[in-house]
Formats: sequence, C-alpha cells, structure tokens
Amino acid sequence: MIRRSKKNDVPAAETPRYGLDDGAADAPMPLAPLELLRWAWRQLTSMRTALLLLFLLALASIPGSVVPQEGVDPIRVSRWREQHETLAPIYERLGLFSVYDSVWFSAIYILLMISLVGCILPRTKVYWRALRAKPPAVPRRLERLGDYRRLEVAEDLAAAEARVRDGLSGYRLVRSESGPAGARVVELSAEKGYLREAGNLLFHVSILIVLVGVAVGSLFGFRGGVIVVTGNSFANTLSQYDDLNPGSLFEADDLAPFSFTVKDFDVTFVREGRSAGQARNFSAEIEYRESPDSELETERIRVNHPLKINGTDVFLIGHGYAPVVTVRSATGAVVFTGPVVFLPEDSTFRSFGVIKIPDAAPQQLGFEGEFYPTYAFTMETGPFTVLPDAKNPVLSLTAWAGDLGLDDGTPQSVYSLRKEGLDRILKADGKPMRVDLALGKTVTLPDQLGTITLDRVDRFVKLQISKSPASWVALLGVSLALLGLLGSLFIRPRRVWARLREEDEQTTVELAGLDRSAGGNLAEELDSLARQVEEKR
Amino acid sequence: MNNNLQEILSNWATMAAAAGYFVALLVHLAEWASRREAAVTPTEQPVLAGVGAAATDGADAVDGETRGPRGSSDAVDGSGADTLPPAVAKASRLFRLGVRVTWVAAVAHLAAVVLRSLAAEPVRVPWGNMYEFTLTSTLVVALGYLLVERRSDVSWLAPVVNGFNIITLMAAMLLLYTPVTDLQDALRSPWLVIHVFAAIIATGAFTLGGMASALYILKENRAEKLGGLSPRSYLARVPSLERLDRFAYRAHAFAFPVWTFAALITGPIWAQAAWGRYWGWDPKEVWAFITWVVYAAYLHARATAGWKGKAAAIIALIGLATLWFNFVGINFFFGSGSQHSYA
Repeated sequence: MIRRSKKNDVPAAETPRYGLDDGAADAPMPLAPLELLRWAWRQLTSMRTALLLLFLLALASIPGSVVPQEGVDPIRVSRWREQHETLAPIYERLGLFSVYDSVWFSAIYILLMISLVGCILPRTKVYWRALRAKPPAVPRRLERLGDYRRLEVAEDLAAAEARVRDGLSGYRLVRSESGPAGARVVELSAEKGYLREAGNLLFHVSILIVLVGVAVGSLFGFRGGVIVVTGNSFANTLSQYDDLNPGSLFEADDLAPFSFTVKDFDVTFVREGRSAGQARNFSAEIEYRESPDSELETERIRVNHPLKINGTDVFLIGHGYAPVVTVRSATGAVVFTGPVVFLPEDSTFRSFGVIKIPDAAPQQLGFEGEFYPTYAFTMETGPFTVLPDAKNPVLSLTAWAGDLGLDDGTPQSVYSLRKEGLDRILKADGKPMRVDLALGKTVTLPDQLGTITLDRVDRFVKLQISKSPASWVALLGVSLALLGLLGSLFIRPRRVWARLREEDEQTTVELAGLDRSAGGNLAEELDSLARQVEEKR
Repeated sequence: MNNNLQEILSNWATMAAAAGYFVALLVHLAEWASRREAAVTPTEQPVLAGVGAAATDGADAVDGETRGPRGSSDAVDGSGADTLPPAVAKASRLFRLGVRVTWVAAVAHLAAVVLRSLAAEPVRVPWGNMYEFTLTSTLVVALGYLLVERRSDVSWLAPVVNGFNIITLMAAMLLLYTPVTDLQDALRSPWLVIHVFAAIIATGAFTLGGMASALYILKENRAEKLGGLSPRSYLARVPSLERLDRFAYRAHAFAFPVWTFAALITGPIWAQAAWGRYWGWDPKEVWAFITWVVYAAYLHARATAGWKGKAAAIIALIGLATLWFNFVGINFFFGSGSQHSYA
C-alpha cells in the first residue's frame, strides 16, 4: 500500500495501519494459541513482509525467463531435456520447467494476496470512518503551521466569510462560531482529497480482480498449438493437437466442434533493399465449418488478424517448410511418402527435422538434418541458405538404420531421433553417409536399404488455437488498478483552516493549510485563496 | 534513394545531438568550476549559492522546486547582480548557456527521430528496433529534463543528463545501429504506436528518477563517510536529500502508471490479438513484470519505516537495472527464445 509518508501530522488514531510496522513485528512470539494466531497475522500483513514478498515474487519470476517453459515452448523444453540429462530431473523436481504453476511460486503470490487482503480490510474500515468524520477543529495557533497567511479586510465578518467559502468550494466544510456580538470569531475547517485513499484501496482490490480473471482464464481456458501442412485439415479434438495446455477445469467436451482446411499459404519475401530475404505479409486461407453440419466458410488469417470461431481464436503464429519425401524399399515398393515438417532454426529458414520410416525393411530407417530453402556452399561457411525463399531447396541429412525405438511404448518427439538402437549408414569406403537431396533427386542407400526422393516442397503453418475466457475481467481489473493508482498518486489530500475575527468594521482573516500527501506544498493554494479574499469587488 | 538521404540526415542529426550534449556538458563543467571558486569565497549560503537558493523569498525557500529558475536567474541578472560575487553570477550565466545548448541538442535529436521515421518506406513510427527505441527514450530523458527545468531548479541534473545522453547515444550508434527497414508483420498494428510509445516514455522517466536516486545514495554515503560535504564538491551542489528523494518520487510516480499502462494493459491487449494469449510469460513479459513489481516495492518502501531514504533509492536503482536489462539483455541473451526479439 502506498501509505502517506513521513512525519505525518495526522493523529495516530487515524493513521491507517498496514499491520503494524514498527515494534509489533519485532515483539517476541507469544505462546497462547489465539495470541499466536494474531501474532502470525500481524507478521504476515506487516508492510515489511509485503515488501519481502514483492522481492521474492520478482526473484522467483527470473528462472522462468532463463529455463525454457512447458507452457511457453514445449519443443524447446524437450530439446533442453535431451541436452541436459543430469540437470533435467533436478529441474523437473524443482518445477523449473513450469515456474509459474509451481508450488513455490504459487505460495509466494498467495501469501502476497493474503497480505493484501489483510491490508485492504482494516484500511477500508478506517477509510469508511474517515469519510464520515468531520474535518478536525481549527488548531489554536494557526501561525505554527507551515503555510500561514494573515490578512485584514475592510469588510464585515459575513462578507469575508462568504469570500473564504467561495475560495474553498470543493472542500468539505465545518463551521463554528463563538464570541460576543462585535467581536465574533468564526472558524472554518475544510478538507478535501478524500479520493486518494479510495484510489489506493481501488488499486489493491483491482489486483485481486485481475487475479480472479487470470485464474478463471487459466482454469477454464486452453491453448494449443498445431502445425498444419497446406492442403491438410484439422478437426478440433484433443488428438489433433501437437501440444495442448488445457486449464485444470477444462474438459475435452468444451472444445468447439469446428474443423478447417488450410487451403494455401502466401508469403512475400522481400527481394531487394535492406530487408531482402525477410518474410512479409504472410497469410493463410482457411476454409472452415463451425460445426460438422454448418456452412463452409472461408477466411484469410494473418499475424494480428486471427480467425474467431465461436469464442475460440485461431492465430497464425509461424510458418515453414515441409519437404515431401518418398522412401522406397530396394524392390521399389513405397514405404513412406508425405510431407515432413522441418522447423525453422533462424530467420533464414534453415530448418531442422527428422524423418522416421518404421515400415522400411530390412531395417527401420531414420534421417536427421537440415533443410536449406536456397542452398549454397562455401568452404568457409559450409552449407547455408542464401534466401528464406525456396529457390533451390536442398535436404542435407545424416542417415541411420536399425531400431527407431517406437515399439516400446515410451513417447517420442517427432522432432528428434532416438539413436540408441540405430547405427549410421556407412558408404562403401566405410565413412558415414550423408544424403544430400535437391528437388526431384533420388539417393540410393547402400546395402539394399532402399532409396529416398525429394518430390517437392510444401509449406506448413503453425497455428495457435486458444480460448481465454474472462479475459475481459482481467482487463477490467488492470484498468481499474490504473485508475486507482492515478488517484492514489496524484490526488492530494489537504486541509485548510480559516479563522475570521470581527474587529470594528474590519475582519482579520487567518488562513493555514496542511498538505497531507508526500512532500506536498499548499503555498500556491493559500496565496490564491488570500487573493480571492482581499480582491476588491 | 530519397529514403537513404533521410536516413543519413537522421544519423547526422544524431551525431549533432550527441555533440550538442557534449558541449552542454563542457559548459556545465565550467559552471561547476566557477561554483567551486564561488564556494571558496565566503558567502552567506556557500553551498547552494547561485541559481537555486540564492534568492530567498520567505516561506517558498523551503521548497525550491516551486520557484522557476527564470525568476531566480532574473534576480541574479538584475537586482542581485551587484550583491552576488562575480563567480556566482558567471556560474549562473554558464548554466543558462548550458541549458540553451541542451535545447539545441534536443531539437537536433528530435529531428533525428523524425527523419528516421520518414526514412522508412512506407513511413512508420520510429520504434521498430532497439536502436530506434534507444534514440527515442534518450530524447524523452532530455526533453523531460528540459521541461522540468523550466518549472523548477534542477541545475544539479544538467551534467548527469547530458553525460548520460552522450554515452547512451554513442553506445546506440556503435552497438545497436540498424539500417532503416520496413516493419515486420508482427509489428504492423496500431498497438505498436501506443504500447511502445508508452514504454519509451516510462523508460525515460524512470531513468530520470534513477539519476536522482543514484545521487541520493552517493550524497548520503559521502556525507556519512566524511561527516559532511566539502562545499567545493559537486555533491554539495546537489539539493538536500529530502529534495532529491522528492524529485525521484515524482519521476517514479509519473513513470509507474505509464509503465503499468504499457506493460500490463496495452501489452496484453496486443499480445491477445497477435499471439492468442494476453499473458504468456515470454522472457520480455517476465522482466516487464519484474520491473513492475520492483517499482511497486519502491513506492511501498518509500512509505515504510526503516525502508525510507537510502533503501528505497537502492530499490529504485534495482528497478532501473531490471528495466534496462529487459530492454538490452533479453534481446542479446534470450533473443531466440523471446517473441519480442525484434531488431
């Protein structure tokens, strides 16, 4: 909570307490159960604890930006696991692959939220009382306050008072009168800026609203990724997703029964100038049905322009190449034909992929390697791609034969080859074989293992399909939080006191003020008020 | 090749701006030297003599920030000229000169930003990569300082702002420079204008606030160690700890809501539209969140017994470190893993 700071001249009883900052937190632990509970609550809701929890929250967020996250990029996670065999189980146990769902991360923010509630409740009570309280009486010695003005006006008390009141419009006013006729004294207490604390409370309550919105979204929503090669179709069922992050309360039945076909994919590669080679304006044409018996509709989707089907959004988030290869056995029988997705590794679209042929005989075959859209080679750089556009596509693969390990039931990534049961295929000279395939070319593998052909190159699109219910709640929450924040930072609570004393035909006006916000200063306001009182009519 | 011309002009304008900041820095150093001289000559208020607190006017002197330097420098040039030691009068003149040079530099800087935007085909906002982000946020720092300077006495900030801008502009030119290109598909959205601009404004304001917090720490440390400051030192010219703290607070209080708007409102809205999730713990998002949490801690710490003052200032600097790390570090270290890896 942003508490009004420093010296504050506010009477102690009124000071809202975020727990008890001073003293109480250091008090020795009492033994009675009720006392213990109260002590624990005070500890938890003290500002120091809140600060500590804020720091912990910041620190605890860091690992999620360093270690790949299941919820962000599952493919990177599985690659990382393969590269770090010893660390991976330790990280797994610590929840480092899904930091933001982990027990320890949740513990921190739940404690923080409890601390927040422990702050909001008492402060709301105090605020409620302060709202109904009258502005405090005029101090006896106004001149002792930092900002003080004294003026004499040649008017009677009533006229002078009217002027002061004019100048204090917008303030909550309390008036008291004393003294005999001819020497009457009128005192005005004025206060304004009550909304600062309201803003403060609104800000903190809004954080809870945001949390509710995010929680509902992540419990009932889902986010899935799927790679679809152009010309292929997708039906919105669990099994069709490459990766799926469903909320804990999300059920498969909640998937809307739509289906679509990716008709084509269009991309312009900039041909000249500085962005030469970069992909621009990529879009995919989607032909979809909202449900099996509804009309076929068509829409082009682009980055920043998703397709919305019944509350589910389909986003185009990436694209790449899917070389179509055919593998034949030594006898010429086709054992595999189809597009294989190669994932882009950088902006040149040098892509990495794996081809697994479990039906090959006499041995299963596996290929692993790179796809170069526009192949080039120099001795210095080795193979590379000149352009991301497929002008001279080449597949460059290492070839393996043996057991792919698909039959033992353990799940395998389609983007990696398990090499325990495999051996490199060797050339006649005993060196490992490398398969380099240009478009339309066929390479024959030694030892009657078969042939492999690059028929053509298709494209794939990477789609994200997601449903984020209650996102408007989170948006509302964070917008209210901003509103509250502005109030709590920029509304200045202040008090002005005026004492008017009748003397002969004159009135002495004493003005003083107190700005209760941090380091505020009322000099200008008091000056303008004084001018208004003195001004000739 | 018209666009190339604009780009070259933009680079020249950037160099001119950096040169301008450098000249301004020299002028302010000369000013500092003459203030040291003035400090040796005994005056009533050796420490704050000059533009700031030389003119005492009753209650207002308590809070120098509400008084315009214009008013006080008039006093120096006019009635005060006879009474002030010559070294002080010279220092004030040098200060005004330094401010004018910074204005010239800032105008060149603005031209650099505008030309950068015109150089693109089609014309776009100049916030498409790290170089452009740095170019614009240093402009925000300079303009922020100059605008505050019109309303209150921040002469102590002059060498810091000019020095910071020279270093940052040169670093941007040498390390981050990217030729003008058109925008990537992902950046083609009206949210680019709103989201990135808000982030730039907040970055500039946080940086200004961080300068005050850094000076706060330096000044307090030095005063503690030496049991007082030599009136000749630069830190003696820096305003009181209380005023430094207040300046830092105001800058942060301005920047924090803007950052909230950039990182937690427009960011998620755009992310929802572009990536299908409003918050996905992308490294950039993680660090934006960390920055937000640290600055929230700063605002709380400033109001907590035992955390006021130096501890709060340290938190502010940690916040600034996370902010700049998020901007530079993330792109360099986690570039491939972040959906924000533009440039």
